[in-house]
Amino acid sequence: MDQLYALSVTVPLVAAAVILAARPLFAEHRRVLDLAAVAVSASVAVMLLFLVVRTYGADSTYWFAGFRPVHGIAIGIDFEAGPLSAGLASLGAVLLTGSMVFSWRYFSRVGTYFHVLMLTFLAGMTGFCLTGDVFDLFVWFELMGVSAYALTAYRPEERGPIQGALNFAITNSVGAYLSLTGIALIYGRTGALNMAQIAVYVNHHPPSGLVVIAFLLIITGLLVKGAIVPFHFWLADAHAVAPTPVCVLFSGVMVELGLYGIARMYWSVFGAALGHQAAISRVFLTLGLLTAVTGALFCFRERHVKRLLAFSTISHAGMFLAGFALLTPLGLAGAALYVAGHAFVKGALFLGAGIVLHRLRSVNETWLHGRGRRLPVTGVIFTVAAFGLADLPPFGTFLGKGWISGSAAAPWLTAIFLVCGVLVGGAVLRVAGGVFYGLGDPPGEDPQMAAEANEETGETDEARQRTPLSMLAPAAVFAALGLATGIAALVPRVAAGLEAAAARFQDQHAYIATVLNGATVTRAGPGHPVAPAGVTVAAVVTALCSVLGAAALALAALYWRRLPLLRRGYEPGAGLTVAIRRFQSGVINDYITWLVAGIAALGGLLAVAIH
Amino acid sequence: MQIVPFLVVAWVVVAGLYGIVTSRDLIHQIICLIVVQSSTYVLLLGVGYVTGGVAPYFYDIPLHTKAVDPVVQALALTDVVVEAAVTALLLSFAIQAHKRFGTLDPHELAEFKG
Amino acid sequence: MTSRQRLWFFAVAAAGLVACYLWAFAGLPGFGHYPGPYGQVILNEAVKQTNATGVVSAVNFEYRGFDTVGEEFILFTAAAGMSVVLRKLRGERERQPLDETDSAAAARPTQTGSAIRIPALLLVGPTALIGWWLASHAQANPSGGFQGGVILASAFILIYLSGEFLTFRRLSPVALLDAVEAVGAAGFAVIGLAAVAQGFPYLYNYLPLGQTPGAVSSSGTIALISFFVGLEVAAAFVLIVGELLGQSLLRQRSA
Repeated sequence: MDQLYALSVTVPLVAAAVILAARPLFAEHRRVLDLAAVAVSASVAVMLLFLVVRTYGADSTYWFAGFRPVHGIAIGIDFEAGPLSAGLASLGAVLLTGSMVFSWRYFSRVGTYFHVLMLTFLAGMTGFCLTGDVFDLFVWFELMGVSAYALTAYRPEERGPIQGALNFAITNSVGAYLSLTGIALIYGRTGALNMAQIAVYVNHHPPSGLVVIAFLLIITGLLVKGAIVPFHFWLADAHAVAPTPVCVLFSGVMVELGLYGIARMYWSVFGAALGHQAAISRVFLTLGLLTAVTGALFCFRERHVKRLLAFSTISHAGMFLAGFALLTPLGLAGAALYVAGHAFVKGALFLGAGIVLHRLRSVNETWLHGRGRRLPVTGVIFTVAAFGLADLPPFGTFLGKGWISGSAAAPWLTAIFLVCGVLVGGAVLRVAGGVFYGLGDPPGEDPQMAAEANEETGETDEARQRTPLSMLAPAAVFAALGLATGIAALVPRVAAGLEAAAARFQDQHAYIATVLNGATVTRAGPGHPVAPAGVTVAAVVTALCSVLGAAALALAALYWRRLPLLRRGYEPGAGLTVAIRRFQSGVINDYITWLVAGIAALGGLLAVAIH
Repeated sequence: MQIVPFLVVAWVVVAGLYGIVTSRDLIHQIICLIVVQSSTYVLLLGVGYVTGGVAPYFYDIPLHTKAVDPVVQALALTDVVVEAAVTALLLSFAIQAHKRFGTLDPHELAEFKG
Repeated sequence: MTSRQRLWFFAVAAAGLVACYLWAFAGLPGFGHYPGPYGQVILNEAVKQTNATGVVSAVNFEYRGFDTVGEEFILFTAAAGMSVVLRKLRGERERQPLDETDSAAAARPTQTGSAIRIPALLLVGPTALIGWWLASHAQANPSGGFQGGVILASAFILIYLSGEFLTFRRLSPVALLDAVEAVGAAGFAVIGLAAVAQGFPYLYNYLPLGQTPGAVSSSGTIALISFFVGLEVAAAFVLIVGELLGQSLLRQRSA
């Protein structure tokens, strides 16, 4: 069933075109349109899951238009799938299906454009994950980007979406153009656009400045997409204002796709040529941890629920990058598992926030205090997902983080992860406790944040008396899937398979052999020792500490006014975070300046690392 | 003469980014974005050039004449058209920004801060 | 950051970026000395394999056809996105063009001068013809769907330029443009799927390749794909320009 590769991308594209062409017909029959869109995305999810199962043992390649490589020179475009890449694509498709179900009653008066844009976004995601050609990667990256810009600006009658969409679009576009510069550079040297062929070339020659800078520029767009500091400023602006079903996708999959791209570029193309693994690992590990801490700090001070969740995504993105940066199969497998678990619980959290917005017409945590008691089921889903985000065993997040920490075997890494987890989990649990159960006192009213949150007057037209099942079901299913990924990974065979897949992902020789020679490689080469992946006592203890710490922090945040002791500790923290928050200025000019500074700094760091 | 095209690339990128960073008008910023992308076209076409090569169209010239690289031309061609459409999308954001905020100054547009 | 701080910060950062670029350029093989195998292999094989003398089009629609599908859909998505963002919102209404005739002549926009009207109207036909010709001769010479489509769109825009905005609107209804654009985009993708249906890889060139290289009926699917791309690009650009013109000329907030 090789044709699944082509179908998984072209089916949503053709469906999007058909929906647009038949727009006048569909305007009358909204339900038919919704059903069709859900059916298409569900079928793509099934196709991709099929691919995951099929490539479980060995990766496989598909050449478009029948142009196979001749003497190691690739003249066509290929798709190369393994469990990790196909798995990430299927994660995206599953999230998209759930979001489409959620939006069933969410937009009661919307044209067909929403479905068209979501389907092209799906096609872009799938193509991005599966491709083996750098320019093709850029094309699907752009398609994802353009669909995302339009989806962010879906409600242009409010001011927030316009600002968010502009910041998002300009920042990501600059990143994309710099990536294209990198592609042109590496093409100028190697005369190849196929990843495996580039790898063959750069391996035979010592790492020159061109290879380093080409790598840096190509991953610039991916770093921007992956919201790594200092390229992360756009994410909070965009996530706060995009429609809720779209936020699920942005936080759950789009950011992770950027990080996947970095992993792919490093492992399959440039890694062996760059060498100096320890130094490069340190550079990216630092970036990841810096991002994790920054996101966590900003997250805790937010009162706009969706923006709070967006900052927590930044924090997790940093942790994923740290997992990749450890350069071990266990670290990569842990990051992959963490991505899956995080996507589902974050999706459940965003959908819960969407239900609150629909029923109560607000996302201001202060105003919402106690008002969520009217939404008991949503409250339960939200709280369960919040605990999942705080790494409660046996959610996927717990085991993924445990593997990453276990792979690093460095207590300071575990400590930083713990602090970030406590801050983020505490923030989300604070929202859960305050909004849905009325615990403690409402958090302090920051007038500017209140103004921002009050802008969100609701994405839907009428508030209903009861939350529709089409909105509750996806949220509940996502929370359950977050739990399921964790439980599945506890099974030793699954854990071993995941780690073996990660080891294969990191093996460049296997990649080149699969793509250029059509070989079938079932296990990674000898240079990739596979440490046993399981549940360690340390991981469980750390996770329980994280959960207890988060719960304690949430309670402290809710009750601090009643306890004079806490009040003395709370105030100084406020001044520091106000100073930090001035960095997130909302002005595009600042964001682009930080972007350029970030690249220059990274270039300098990599230059030092290579010599 | 060998390095001038590449120096042009670096200059155009910096000029475009400078425009974005110091701009007080959204339309100007979006046009500067086009300038940044133009630098990638120069680079693409520059790396594909072959001294003494003709355009890769063999309608009325012998088949194995030395020609420049056709691949970068194909990439640049589609990119130019697509960039125009994406710019139009960004300009439509700018139109709505003007309607909602009453201004095109990016500094005034900061609805969300911190 | 204040403007001055930002400027200094940017100056330093840009200097670093330029340093990175120069370090990279030092590793390039020098202008005019393209080293790589990809271009050479394509030049050697393309005419023989596809019977198309326009090698760039062969690359675009055959060797790297899958990329072009993606690019085409980026165009499609951008046009759809514009329709979303510029749609008629609550609190806005469309000023009927005929409203102008009710008010005094002073409110009527000035008539476009003949120096523009006449050449523009005269050029509409030839421009459309050239665009059509370009879109259908991708396999021979420097033409192709993208170039032809844009010129075809400009034929419509010439109608607006000649002062006939109402004619322009009547000739470009949004539903029709959406349909044409979708047919163009989906057409390309479906040509590839037809290959899949016949058991070939996606976008395999399964149509007869013809006898003479560069003839109109040669090169199999390349000519057909180029035609569909031309349709899509033309429709997308007419849609885009129509939306933007509609914003400035028709859309206003209700009082």
